[in-house]
Amino acid sequence: MAQKEYAGTMVDIDDNGYMTNSDQWTKEIAAAMAAENNEELTDTHYAVLEFIRNKVSEGSNLTIRSIGKSGITDIKNFYKLFPGAPLKKATLYAGVIKPSSCV
Amino acid sequence: MAEEAKFPLKKVLLICAKGSLEDVLATLVMANGAVMEGIETKVFFTFFGLDGITKKRMNKLHTATVGNPAMRMPGGLPFPTWLGSIPGVEAGVSAMMKKQIDELDIPRVDEFLEMIEAGGGEIYACKLAVDMFKLKKEDLADQVINIITIGEFYEMADGQQTQIIFT
Repeated sequence: MAQKEYAGTMVDIDDNGYMTNSDQWTKEIAAAMAAENNEELTDTHYAVLEFIRNKVSEGSNLTIRSIGKSGITDIKNFYKLFPGAPLKKATLYAGVIKPSSCV
Repeated sequence: MAEEAKFPLKKVLLICAKGSLEDVLATLVMANGAVMEGIETKVFFTFFGLDGITKKRMNKLHTATVGNPAMRMPGGLPFPTWLGSIPGVEAGVSAMMKKQIDELDIPRVDEFLEMIEAGGGEIYACKLAVDMFKLKKEDLADQVINIITIGEFYEMADGQQTQIIFT
């Protein structure tokens, strides 16, 4: 399995760069991943990442809609927080597997 | 072996011309999916597809139970066409569809349009169809940016790695 070093820690990743063992995740790893894209994470970013981690560990379906209803951010702001492909990027930073959701 | 250069989609234009629940939702899922991938997205609603962006109708779309060969009973048995013509059956089937769609966290049409707009997707109505159905801008969903001709819509398909999809 591929490994990559983030913030001084070796983490297991898949072919797309997503962490395969979410227990290895720390906030510092997320910050290091964001830094690769020249992005800086704020408290709101971390709150979204925590929300995603909880959702995924519950085994529930993660959608953009559910993030919009999380109370942390609305959908418009979610696109601003994680520019480009927000759900893909946010799950990457959250140290969980790539989302398989269509909505 | 040399790796082949890839040119990922940058812009997608969708045209929705049909007004049944599944036709409109298919367009919206594809549009929202493109927005989620960071692809520039524009959607054009024309003819009966206009029901999907008409305030009075957009959350009351139905599924056709007659002339729909893919229609099945719960459990997979064939759905006889005569059954679909009985009053109330179509409403029941549409309600069942809506319930199952909701369970998958697929939003209602109005909320779907909001999600697409929130991600930067653009919604347009066809001028010809709007005139034909005698609608006005205020009859249409707030997310509709403008009423335009198909020619103006095609003009937006400028630039490389652009696709037009007719649903």
